[in-house]
Amino acid sequence: MSKDKTLGETLQERGVSRRSFLKFCATTASMMALPPAMIPVIAATLEKLRRPSVIWLSFQECTGCTESLTRSHSATIEDLIFDTISLDYHHTLQAASGSAAEHAREEAMQENYGNYILVVDGSIPGENNGYSTIAGISNKAMLLEVAAGAAAIVAVGSCAAFGGIPKADPNPTGAVSVSDLIKDKPIVNIPGCPPIPAVITGVLVQFLTFGLPELDQLGRPAAFYGNSIHDRCYRRPFYDKGLFADSFDDEGAKKGWCLFKLGCKGPTTYNACATTKWNDGTSFPIEAGHPCLGCSEPDFWDAGSFYKALSTPTEDIGKTAVYAGAAGLIAGAALGASLRARKQSAVKNHERVTIDDLDQES
Amino acid sequence: MTANGMPASTIASSAPCAPPTGNLVPLLHEIRHALTRWLEQGEEHVIDLRSIPLAPGEEDSLLEQLGEGEVNARLSITGPSDIIETRYPAVWLITHYNENESIIGRFIEICEVPGILKSQADDIRAGLERLEDQLSNAETRA
Ligand code: SF4
Repeated sequence: MSKDKTLGETLQERGVSRRSFLKFCATTASMMALPPAMIPVIAATLEKLRRPSVIWLSFQECTGCTESLTRSHSATIEDLIFDTISLDYHHTLQAASGSAAEHAREEAMQENYGNYILVVDGSIPGENNGYSTIAGISNKAMLLEVAAGAAAIVAVGSCAAFGGIPKADPNPTGAVSVSDLIKDKPIVNIPGCPPIPAVITGVLVQFLTFGLPELDQLGRPAAFYGNSIHDRCYRRPFYDKGLFADSFDDEGAKKGWCLFKLGCKGPTTYNACATTKWNDGTSFPIEAGHPCLGCSEPDFWDAGSFYKALSTPTEDIGKTAVYAGAAGLIAGAALGASLRARKQSAVKNHERVTIDDLDQES
Repeated sequence: MTANGMPASTIASSAPCAPPTGNLVPLLHEIRHALTRWLEQGEEHVIDLRSIPLAPGEEDSLLEQLGEGEVNARLSITGPSDIIETRYPAVWLITHYNENESIIGRFIEICEVPGILKSQADDIRAGLERLEDQLSNAETRA
């Protein structure tokens, strides 16, 4: 796609029908948790869009985020997303390597200085360059250089957003997040280990369509991270009735009761897994019988055992939560704030857990 | 915390049977209200089924209750889409699939004809061009 043509013109040239485009806009609106009334607005904006340049930097990471993204929906819809942007630099996906790859990055930066979107996955190690360098440039130096010319930065994955697993205690590499180093650019955090692929593409489309999305206090787009897993969990009626599975194979587990006592971090985890789900909307961990690990929250790896119930019991939510009938929305904002406050105190009180402790608990 | 900490029985955990969310009946009432509004004011309405928490099995039960009416169209647009008029006229169920036939979106629309079913001006223009090209090619050959 030529950079001076609009997306609408390019799609038409390629014989992509208007109906296909409308379908793309409808499923994208759904993915972005936008009301269906926004579908025509998305269509009108995307159609007129000229292709923005995207530079993607990967630092201390496992490539899981890129794996996740490249499995986003069908190839065709993903193509449409990639047609919307010009991915000028991405170590793993680009064909060029070595100095040619670095040259592509420099060229994209020069041509679009001040206007490109910088996507980062992975955390950034401390001063010792030995931990991670690209083409002899330390991760930190590369981030600072590329960030300087970016219009905005998207931190994909818990590592880029919060430091993630590399930052887990004792943080041998001195890993930090993007927002620890960059203070003068808008940063959108898309945490998750990995993030839901549809959320990565959804945020990119949202960004291209409406500009910087509404962010919560951790820099996450409210459209995807506005509700906790618990707010949207289909096991919630059991939680409200106080019906819990006590082990992974008891009667409660077989009846699909709430996994809170098995360590579910759903009440303190903000993400879209319960509605957007995984693998093309097939299911999500809780639906498969496993408690939520809380992978999209800061320092999830150090917040005690995955299988230990949140140490501070949540309030008697059954009495305060209200299912708002028709639209099935849950009045969860105030509840969310109180749970977030509790999470902070829970994290503080968490002690280290060993495998022996786990055995004793089970 | 290591992966070894994971109880072995997690892996064998059986698929849970689903507790109902209680969202099904309110959803049917939303459809009822929308139908009344359409009749009184001609106002169209769209419900995104992905935005509503439904337990496994609940969506099937909703589809069962809505049933199938007189129209069943399949579109071939970057993966198929099914446009079905339910047994309640003007209540349409629209299911979008990707090319692997996985569902990527499901909507209920309350309207006379869903917009996506209509021919679109841009496509009509492109089609007209194709027809004109075909005719002029035929004339040149003749
Ligand atoms: S504690 Fe976990 S399993 Fe239970 S309702 Fe909340 S999110 Fe669902």
